[in-house]
Amino acid sequence: MSSDKMDADKIIGGVPSPLRRKLLLGMAALPAVALLPRGALAQALPTDAVNTTKLAVTDGTVKVGILHSTTGTMAISETGSVQAEKLAIAQINEMGGVLGRKIEVIQEDGASDWPTFAEKARKLLVEDKVAAVFGCWTSASRKAVLPVFEQYNGMLYYPTFYEGLEQSKNVIYTGQEATQQILAGLDWVSKEKKAKTFFLIGSDYIWPRTSNKIARKHIEMHGQKVVGEEYFPLGHTQFNSVINKIKLTKPDVIYASVVGGSNVAFYKQLKAAGIDLNKQTLMTISVTEDEMLGIGGENIAGAYACMKYFQSLKNPNNEKFVAAFKKMWGGESVIGDVTQAAYLGPWLWKLTAEKAKSFDIDKIAAASPGIEFTGAPEGYVRIHENHHLWSKTRVGRARTDGQFDMVYETADLIEPNPFPKGYQ
Amino acid sequence: MTRTPQSRFFGRMDGDIAGILLLAALLIVILPLGLDIFRLNMVGKYLTYAFVALGLVLCWGSAGILSLGQGIFFGIGGYCMAMFLKLEASSPEATKIQSTPGIPDFMDWNQLKELPWFWEPFHSLSFSIVAVVAVPALLAFIVGLAMFKRRVGGVYFAIITQAFAAILTILIVGQQGYTGGINGITDLRTLKGWDIRTDEAKLVLYFVNAALLIGCLLLCLYVRRSKLGRILVALRDKEDRVRFSGYDVANFKIFVFCFAAALSAVGGAMFTLQVGFMSPSFVGIVPSIEMVIYCAVGGRLSLLGAVYGTLLVNWAKTMLSESFPELWLFAMGALFIGVVMVFPNGLAGLYQQYIAPHLRRLTARRSDGAAAGAPIIPPHTAAD
Repeated sequence: MSSDKMDADKIIGGVPSPLRRKLLLGMAALPAVALLPRGALAQALPTDAVNTTKLAVTDGTVKVGILHSTTGTMAISETGSVQAEKLAIAQINEMGGVLGRKIEVIQEDGASDWPTFAEKARKLLVEDKVAAVFGCWTSASRKAVLPVFEQYNGMLYYPTFYEGLEQSKNVIYTGQEATQQILAGLDWVSKEKKAKTFFLIGSDYIWPRTSNKIARKHIEMHGQKVVGEEYFPLGHTQFNSVINKIKLTKPDVIYASVVGGSNVAFYKQLKAAGIDLNKQTLMTISVTEDEMLGIGGENIAGAYACMKYFQSLKNPNNEKFVAAFKKMWGGESVIGDVTQAAYLGPWLWKLTAEKAKSFDIDKIAAASPGIEFTGAPEGYVRIHENHHLWSKTRVGRARTDGQFDMVYETADLIEPNPFPKGYQ
Repeated sequence: MTRTPQSRFFGRMDGDIAGILLLAALLIVILPLGLDIFRLNMVGKYLTYAFVALGLVLCWGSAGILSLGQGIFFGIGGYCMAMFLKLEASSPEATKIQSTPGIPDFMDWNQLKELPWFWEPFHSLSFSIVAVVAVPALLAFIVGLAMFKRRVGGVYFAIITQAFAAILTILIVGQQGYTGGINGITDLRTLKGWDIRTDEAKLVLYFVNAALLIGCLLLCLYVRRSKLGRILVALRDKEDRVRFSGYDVANFKIFVFCFAAALSAVGGAMFTLQVGFMSPSFVGIVPSIEMVIYCAVGGRLSLLGAVYGTLLVNWAKTMLSESFPELWLFAMGALFIGVVMVFPNGLAGLYQQYIAPHLRRLTARRSDGAAAGAPIIPPHTAAD
């Protein structure tokens, strides 16, 4: 298993010599990556051997796809994921690529349109024969491409925290499924804020509904009470009626899963209605640093967000990651939870391919469970048998400058459980 | 379809018929030979929009009724087909992981315990096929009755159709336990046990789709050339005169609106079969307007132009977005602006203006050649 570990300090900093030493210590085959010119390893692992299913792999290159929305309403959210994936791929290529082969990227635009995602996914798998695809963001786009990946046997690395209730041989879920994001955060707020009553509010689609279903079960299991549950169409901007209800019911905690542009209206109207988030506890599972750019820190400061990653995390991996990200994409850019999860995709795929000594989808799928990545900006992660990641839950408090102060993290990694018993 | 009136209208071997034969040759012979199955499936998907464009040529081009809500009917047709396929894919064995096996997965996620009543009839394929055409036509009839009898027309009608498109989207997204919400109805697998995801199935569906399109094209041509078609043109150009001549204008408008709706719905159903899912993103305002653009690019007065326009716009969309994933929307915008400013009558206008005069001399020879190359056309239309 140690051969799968990567020392992130060395990878992300791009310092070659300690890396070389580390790898020499680690494994017999890998030093070749660093010591021999490229092509030599490719000879050691001939293309026939690492690619038995006619993927786009040559002696020197391997093709992968990036499939996100770069146009349309989702572009604002997905751009960060594209940037993170490109950064990871650039860093991997700098180290010599995967199995001695440089990664070539074919980028496609899902255009915030689910059928387009399906069409482009099919194109990447059938025409381009890519070895892996990093992409999708919304659940709807994932649902649209899933049958395509299963039919043509492709590999998708999906970065977003999502509602669970899904598990596929052809997908690695690098974000958290619902229980990983929700349960620990609720426990924390119950203990820390002595919360007894909750008001659930979300956008009206599968993720907020499923998340709130799990949250409600958990809340009621602990003898607490849900005093309101409201949903609004995507893009909704009039929250005054629900804000009045919140004022009437006076919940201890507002639990929010409002997504996208609606967030801007929601937090501005909360503030305008005189609800001070420093006094009224609000916990959100849908606002990351990316959304904060639109909302404005002054409108949301004081709110708690339950994520697995914050840009402000203090650890060497993250500091190097943030620096590399800003160097590549500009000092103004911010990094949210999903962006970090997207960054994990190419690394996990590389580690898996090196463990499997193959690009074949079946071998990658089989070799994925147990893959460990110590260089993750969020800290150590590991792939579970169900193709989700073990990861920590963290609670951050929004600051006026658009960043979060981490106030709590779970001691251990939380096991991913996409089909939680008792929560369905 | 009775043969007698058809042969009266299709009897002459004229430009339209020659054009349809040429299109048939392109769709049924040339494209399948020239494209791999992946690209051919994409052409098949584009062609499903051509049904909508055909309906718009009649509704907008002929009768002057601009509907910005054709996505409603495309969507309902698609949803009717998707409901049947989804029920088939949700057999108790296939869904035993759910808390309630035997119902579609999204219902289970939304805590539904049993199949809603309006889903029940969609266990039957024949009901579903009838519903594909009947439900949108009925809806169009009700909307048409309410609007045209009150003499609502022009831009007001366009706005109201748009409002309907918005309402239907909100309804579908909001009632996700019953409709699949914003995800749509996904993961459709088999049609009466026949796997629609295989390459062979895709090929078969492509041909079924192309044949249906040619059939609809002929039907539209028939309508256009009938007395009814001439009345439609008359009421576009001088509605009052038609009314004072003793015709009930509203009935003609209702008919053409329902007809266009039914055509769109056929396209929607074929879309679901070929793409393997249906989602509210085809129902709303944006896709509805996009479908009008297909028709405008092709030339709203020309049935053939609408088909070529649809193919061209979608092909450009695919190619540009594959080559320039970050910039392609600008290129599409430029294309639309260019078409409207430089060629207001679309592709068909271009053809009429520049190509037709040169070809006129050769028409006779060309149509003979096309007829020989397209044996799939029903004999009574080609041979008469």
